[in-house]
Amino acid sequence: MKHMLKNIMRTPKFVVGFVLFFLTFLLSFYYMFSSFDAMELVGSGFHAPGTYYNISDILNTKEEILNYESSANIENQLTVQEKESMKDWLVRFGEVAEEDIDLGDGEALLALWLQHYDANHSQEGLLTAEKKTYSRLDKTIRELMENPETVIAKRNEEGELEEKKELSPNAFVRDENVGNKVNLPLGTDNFGADMLTKLSAAIGVSLRIGLIAGSIATLIGIVLGLTAGYVGGVIDNLITFITNIFTVIPSFVILILIANSIGQAARGPEVVATIIGLTAWPWTCRSVRSQVISLRNRDHVNLSKLSGHSLPRIVTADILPYVASYVIMALILQISSGILAEAQLSMLGLGPSASNVTTLGIMMQWATKFSAHTLGAWWAFIPVILSITLITFSMNLMNTGLDQVFNPQLRGE
Amino acid sequence: MKGFLKYYGKRVMWYLLTLVIAVMLNFLLPRLMPGDPVKQISIQATQGVTDPNAVQRVIENYTKEFGLDKSVPEQFVIYIGKLFQGDMGVSFSRYPKTVSDVIGSSVGWTLALQIPAIILGWILGNLLGAVAAYVGKWVDKIVLPIFMFFSNTPAFGLAIIFLTLFSVNLGWFPVGGGYGYDLLPSFTAQFIGSVFHHYQLPFWTMVIITIGGQAIGMRSMAIYELNTDYVKYSRFLGIRDGKIIRYVFKNAMLPQITGLALSLGGMVAGNLVAEIIFSYPGLGSTMLAAISTRDYPLLSGCTLIITIMVLIANLVVELVYGMIDPRIKATQLES
Repeated sequence: MKHMLKNIMRTPKFVVGFVLFFLTFLLSFYYMFSSFDAMELVGSGFHAPGTYYNISDILNTKEEILNYESSANIENQLTVQEKESMKDWLVRFGEVAEEDIDLGDGEALLALWLQHYDANHSQEGLLTAEKKTYSRLDKTIRELMENPETVIAKRNEEGELEEKKELSPNAFVRDENVGNKVNLPLGTDNFGADMLTKLSAAIGVSLRIGLIAGSIATLIGIVLGLTAGYVGGVIDNLITFITNIFTVIPSFVILILIANSIGQAARGPEVVATIIGLTAWPWTCRSVRSQVISLRNRDHVNLSKLSGHSLPRIVTADILPYVASYVIMALILQISSGILAEAQLSMLGLGPSASNVTTLGIMMQWATKFSAHTLGAWWAFIPVILSITLITFSMNLMNTGLDQVFNPQLRGE
Repeated sequence: MKGFLKYYGKRVMWYLLTLVIAVMLNFLLPRLMPGDPVKQISIQATQGVTDPNAVQRVIENYTKEFGLDKSVPEQFVIYIGKLFQGDMGVSFSRYPKTVSDVIGSSVGWTLALQIPAIILGWILGNLLGAVAAYVGKWVDKIVLPIFMFFSNTPAFGLAIIFLTLFSVNLGWFPVGGGYGYDLLPSFTAQFIGSVFHHYQLPFWTMVIITIGGQAIGMRSMAIYELNTDYVKYSRFLGIRDGKIIRYVFKNAMLPQITGLALSLGGMVAGNLVAEIIFSYPGLGSTMLAAISTRDYPLLSGCTLIITIMVLIANLVVELVYGMIDPRIKATQLES
């Protein structure tokens, strides 16, 4: 046993898989330490990853004067989209060749814009609204160039604006000094919940679903496989017949039928996990059965039989230890396919339904429902997919590693 | 030859029996579950209706529609009888279209997408696995793990990543659908071109997903075969490597065919969910629509058709296997 563990820990594939899995597992505890609740609506809708500072807090923060003239670099105050639309206009109507424009060189772009942009240009093919957008952009640029003074004003008792403070272009605030800030390392999802916290909670629930489903499937598979393989005869024929039928009838279909019929109210995470487990056992049963058949007539089993040992004892003492390594591998595969099954079920809208629990599949379902991919909200689905992939990949890697230890032939020198 | 027919006859009979059981499950499972689908549907349909008489009428109507006023065995006979006429009821959400119509218009898309994708993915996967086992080195250490990683992403996950990358950001492919939204299905060059263009991304996603899983199985089989006595003996005899590889490939291929049959259900399921991401007009999207609109007859029809498709595919794989494997051939010729 000790020797085998040593061998396993020496298999790079297993070790890498184990480390990856452990890291994902650790991530599932993050939500306990997060400043937000997993389902708390921090934002409203998709917010990109980053740190968010309260604007009025910034204005109240002690200003520090730096020798960096922000007004000297007007191009830094333009957004990427603004620069792109400037380029579009210049190429289409400004008679500037596309290769002459470098979006990285803001100063040159600005010079080209000032030289070529003409609000009175006929701009054929543009809607009035689009023309207006460009003239607004032009106005913004020119205002930035004039460098008007920005002041902070407050309404006094009579309702008139009263100047409180003038903003110098050299005034900065240190990010540490700003009072209210919200750190969203992975942004927010379509509801506005912090992605990282929610993801962490979802990984935990998904792993639990996988564990429950995998354990149930493996347990049924072992019991039926052992019975069929060892007892043989009519019982074997019957079990094999049922197993074969459920191998060709896609378990996904049965899953859908059951999940849809029990209704949304009854579909908690544990119930979904149980259903997945109840439909996933056939291939474990098949493989355990064939392993047991090859063991059934070994000398030590026959010896045990001759010694008059009882059936349960023969099965547990003389057969199970030989299939144990195999069973562990089957369990790992079942867990990872259970997590996948939950995700697929949720994508169809048949996943676990509970207001206070989320799973990786449900997060994906909402991300697609709100078309995060077309809105460019990559943070709402890429981390989720990566988590699912990391879990299944690390588990398969561990399995391949174990396989190499248990089946030396596969090492392939 | 007689042995062949007998073997095939047996297999076909077995699949017919499985089909009957599948149909029974499709019929019974929803009816045996604690949540009564008819009651749920009628609750949905009567939301906001305050008149108890009207609610009662709706429930009676649905009960009749499903034939729930009869005993379960009677219902089953009626159900089977209707199935033979291709009648799967009327779709709730696309009334007055029948379920057969709705499924008929989507099943072709799914078949045309999945059959070529799975076959090509399987072939490429086997080639990659064999090369990884024989050449080793970078193929085994780099290329294979990359495809393994792809295979471990759920199909819908890879679908959404590819869609974001190639359609939304790079604009190489359309963002979704089976053909341009401004076109009507017809046999014009423009329509066929549009279908072809929309086909690419879902197709290649499914191919790439399939490769890794098949390759890893083939690699194990090929390594096992490369260590067998017949390979060593052939080497002693001085038979060319190319010829030995052909033997190895052929032998390692057989378990892979069985493997394909076993994993077919899972692959189809994954690809169906990926269809949703591409808003491909196939069975996956139809099923999603059926679930979200609580169109129970349509969902039941979808699951039945998917089961039948997978069963037929399995049968075909098994028949092909019987033709290729000399051992099965021999046992049949003896009997």
